[in-house]
Amino acid sequence: MFRNQYDTDVTTWSPAGRLFQVEYAMEAVKQGSAAIGLRSKTHVVLGCVNKANSELSSHQKKIFKVDDHIGVAIAGLTADGRVLSRYMRNECINYSFTYESPLPVGRLVVQLADKAQVCTQRSWKRPYGVGLLVAGLDESGAHLYYNCPSGNYFEYQAFAIGSRSQAAKTYLERRFENFTDSSRDDLVKDAITAIRETLQGETLKSSICTIAVVGVGEPFHVLDQGTVQQIIDTFEIAAEQEDPATEPDAATGQEAATEQGTAADQGGSTDEGAAPMDI
Amino acid sequence: MENCRSCVAIAGADYCVIAADTRMSTGYNILTRDYSKICKLADKCVMASSGFQADVRALQKQLAARHLIYQHQHNKQMSCPAMAQLLSNTLYYKRFFPYYSFNVLGGLDNEGKGCVFTYDAVGSYEKVGYSSQGSGSTLIMPFLDNQLKSPSPLLLPAQDAVTPLVEAEAIDLVKTVFASASERDIYTGDKLELVIINAAGIRREYMELRKD
Repeated sequence: MFRNQYDTDVTTWSPAGRLFQVEYAMEAVKQGSAAIGLRSKTHVVLGCVNKANSELSSHQKKIFKVDDHIGVAIAGLTADGRVLSRYMRNECINYSFTYESPLPVGRLVVQLADKAQVCTQRSWKRPYGVGLLVAGLDESGAHLYYNCPSGNYFEYQAFAIGSRSQAAKTYLERRFENFTDSSRDDLVKDAITAIRETLQGETLKSSICTIAVVGVGEPFHVLDQGTVQQIIDTFEIAAEQEDPATEPDAATGQEAATEQGTAADQGGSTDEGAAPMDI
Repeated sequence: MENCRSCVAIAGADYCVIAADTRMSTGYNILTRDYSKICKLADKCVMASSGFQADVRALQKQLAARHLIYQHQHNKQMSCPAMAQLLSNTLYYKRFFPYYSFNVLGGLDNEGKGCVFTYDAVGSYEKVGYSSQGSGSTLIMPFLDNQLKSPSPLLLPAQDAVTPLVEAEAIDLVKTVFASASERDIYTGDKLELVIINAAGIRREYMELRKD
């Protein structure tokens, strides 16, 4: 995307019918660290890569609880994301105050999209520089939506945004048909694997990723580091032993084969304290 | 207009008992014998209110919404003293069109000690060892004073307001007090609902009262 004479104002069209400022805002999303989401019939899992400014600082919070039944993962300008999640929280509280029932996810997403659209049509505003993966549960089931800075929103079975998200998207594209009937635990494992794809060679540790789950009978919450590390460890064990029969769960065994395949593509990642995989 | 008439709270060293009857009435008639006036606001904080129940319900919803915002911002539950201040501010906010609601707030403070806060309709509040509100309070309060009154908080050295009674004794006292109030107060009766908060959590007990 090159600088041109039509990109100064958000309210200026280009001759080709594009709003460059909006498109630049979408670029900001691509620069943020990765966030992924996937859903089954009853659960939705969000995951993100923790990025810290420097070794000395803590990492930015990218997953926010909006209500018991809705959570959001962001990529891009985290400050914009924080402001939008505050807006979403308020909307949920006001709705349940008035109607004594949880705000349907689809409604919230539309309100968010309308809010984003306003910023694309005012000369004194700028578009929000953040993409949001909204995960929620309502009467019509489990939902995963993606809200762009442009004011568009789409529903997804699984999606990834942010830097190096293409690797995760490829993984998800291969596997998404299985997700609808996946169990909650398999969904979480898939999420962690998708995150690992975006790391491209970096060791997968629980400190690098944050995972959150919402589902039937399970209010939105972030999984604690210990739980996540345990799940990561089962990958490494399964991959090391190269023996599906060792795992009690057949699905995990199948996944172990996929792990090895993926690792081979990446040139073999080094596991923590374990011998390099022998492919 | 007044619907619901009696509630009581007693604070102990490591517990808090909050109780209210379950009768809802209007004028000389009973609307229902099974209405709960006790609302859990936070993990360790419970409110009982007498007065006009529509206002009470609106007040409970307000506090619940504010508590949710607090949890989003601070990542933890509100403590009882914090909720006490919030309730006071919420009531005073409507100083010129008040919530017709007479509240007692009970729970455990940050150290796990029982605390009771008593309010008037516009938010004036005080931390006390025990309290009652509503029409039954004219009969109940003197009895509680007789059993539980501690030395004045103005004395030095500072004395604890909470009662030295054990939890079982406090529960017994509350049951006695309501049984007596039901005898003479026409608005108190049917069933007594007790909520007991201690380190183990929150539990509810019920006791039948006079139905007339």
